[in-house]
Amino acid sequence: MTNPNNISLNISHALEFIDGHALNIPTLKILSEQGEILDGATAPELDKETALKIYSTMRFIRLLDERMQAAQRQGRISFYMQCLGEEAAITASAAALKQDDMIMAQYREQAALHYRGFTLEQFMNQLFSNEKDLGKGRQMPVHYGSNELHYLTISSPLGTQIPQATGYAYGQKLKHIDKASGELSSEIDNVTICYFGEGAASEGDFHAGLNMAAVHKAPVIFFARNNGYAISTPADEQFKGDGIASRGVGYGIKTIRVDGADTLAVYEATKKAREIAVTTGEPVLIESIAYRLGAHSTSDDPSGYRTKDEEAEFKNSCPVARFKTWLLKQGWLDENEDEAIKDKIREEILAALKVAEKVQKPALEELVSDVYDTPIPALQQQYEELKEHIKKYPDAYPVTAGRIK
Amino acid sequence: MAKMNMLHAINSALDISMAEHPQACIFGEDVGYFGGVFRATSGLQEKYGKHRVFNTPLTEQGILGFANGLAAFGAPALAEIQFADYIFPAFDQIVNESAKFRYRSGNEFNVGNLTIRTPYGGGIAGGLYHSQSPEAYFAHTPGLKLVVPRNPYQAKGLLRACIKDDNPVIFFEPKRLYRASVGEVPEEDYSIEIGKAEVVKEGSDVTVLAWGAQMEIIEQAAQKAEEAGISCELIDLRSILPWDAETLIKSVTKTGRLVISHEAPITNGFGAEIAATIQKECFLHLESPIERVCGLDTPYPLALEKEYVPDALKVFEAIKKSVEF
Repeated sequence: MTNPNNISLNISHALEFIDGHALNIPTLKILSEQGEILDGATAPELDKETALKIYSTMRFIRLLDERMQAAQRQGRISFYMQCLGEEAAITASAAALKQDDMIMAQYREQAALHYRGFTLEQFMNQLFSNEKDLGKGRQMPVHYGSNELHYLTISSPLGTQIPQATGYAYGQKLKHIDKASGELSSEIDNVTICYFGEGAASEGDFHAGLNMAAVHKAPVIFFARNNGYAISTPADEQFKGDGIASRGVGYGIKTIRVDGADTLAVYEATKKAREIAVTTGEPVLIESIAYRLGAHSTSDDPSGYRTKDEEAEFKNSCPVARFKTWLLKQGWLDENEDEAIKDKIREEILAALKVAEKVQKPALEELVSDVYDTPIPALQQQYEELKEHIKKYPDAYPVTAGRIK
Repeated sequence: MAKMNMLHAINSALDISMAEHPQACIFGEDVGYFGGVFRATSGLQEKYGKHRVFNTPLTEQGILGFANGLAAFGAPALAEIQFADYIFPAFDQIVNESAKFRYRSGNEFNVGNLTIRTPYGGGIAGGLYHSQSPEAYFAHTPGLKLVVPRNPYQAKGLLRACIKDDNPVIFFEPKRLYRASVGEVPEEDYSIEIGKAEVVKEGSDVTVLAWGAQMEIIEQAAQKAEEAGISCELIDLRSILPWDAETLIKSVTKTGRLVISHEAPITNGFGAEIAATIQKECFLHLESPIERVCGLDTPYPLALEKEYVPDALKVFEAIKKSVEF
């Protein structure tokens, strides 16, 4: 734009309002519910190895979710969140990235983390807040994070990761900018993907993050998981516009909407989005439409806010089953073998759970470490006083009393 | 050495920091070509490029969200909030994100590269929204460091220390002194340690403590007190978080009296925290109750600003009250 208002000049002499739903946004769908490539769709270049890695990730996460949901009901962990219904959206998008691209997730993206290599033992250590948890037992279950796997530790406040993704991606781009021209001097090596729900997109941080990414040209892939519900609040009580995709256009961001239960559509869209980001340095918005088949978390019961009929309707559109059918048709997967592996995974999960729940809690020192790079004097003093107190009443503090130096 | 006002000193610290790290960025509202509404970032865009010194859209939460991300990436993020009065939309990003980044991740990630600069305080006829001193809100947040300079020399050395410190720091700049305070400042690089108070004048009858622009006020009050035969020991706290209790305890143990002064409203102001600590640590040395001379518990006024502020006369009265108790 070349005018002070940064607008397109399209003078009209007829008084006319643009309708709030003037955009007609298509939804990319490649794979049918029956596991067939749809007419008019192009089958993606997805090799067997990657396809099977995507599938095995989804299969593992579904089994992990099933078991850990039950573990919460048994009182073994305090809290859990399932990925149910969104496995394809999360796994296939992560699969379309490079291993060292940054992932900034909301909380339901454990499949992306497992795809990167987060082990069963690491999941368990976090869920049980034991001393082997990378997060040192400080956050509620499912707040995973790993520097090695380029997966930013989850933060409970919603949407805060959105402008952070913009800043992080801007950092990734800096070394590729030519100082004199301000333009890209080489293809960007790493980008950031930022996941968030359609509910979180109501936060001010969503607006701030997308607008700044567009203005400052940050190579972020914004991945909106429109799963229909923010805890109990349905999307039609969250916004009146056409999903989240319509907003991308408002920010001047290239945007696509995909069927989030379609592994192939998500994979293709994210791969293309990454290509745009690394070559232009600009952000892309992907809106994934996939129904949240489970509850928000173990703390709510969806039967209180949505009908059984509605749930039943979407049960049939299971993303894992759809992709599995395609793999079977490709001849890349064997049904019997798949069932045998599932049994084996179930056993491994149970065994890992039993190990992790017996690992001791973090030492008292971890209460005060990492507030700053080194404890400030006032905190050091509080720590010394606390140690003396615990030594005086060891029975009241059984978790740490025996281990105080 | 060169004569500099506080803006020149801040600009010099930023310049050195930008030259030091090829990915350091300065950003905020109007900080680009214009150089900031107070001109603290003048000339830096020309020198380091538009990609490293740039205007942001008008979104304080966005500036801090962006800053947290950039700092987590590993680039020094030098964010400016145009007035401390407008920092509140960024409160969540600072208090829930910056401050907790390292702790919540078990040190997998941190934003130690983050420095937030923001002008604070009154005395410029700014009314409610160009005058506030919001340090106490942030002092209640473990994980942050808070620093306030009193003159150009302090501003450059402390800002350099903030930028090099491996923790998120808020650097509150006393805007009333931006041009009013002029002094000798080395052109070369130097740092002043964070977390250390400074005894700026020794005395024996009463300790008077302040920070930032309020230092000038207590100096005037102490001058009057000296004329009345009262010897004041003046201390600049410099860092609100972590704060140097040790230096203050030593001083109050000697003088037996303490007067604290800050511009922010008295209730729950940082002076309350200091008073609580000193009464505990110096209980048997205290000769009189700790006095606080602060802003009233009102929003920051305009027409009645002179009546509102903890001026030198009010501090002088508190010094007399403390000594005559």
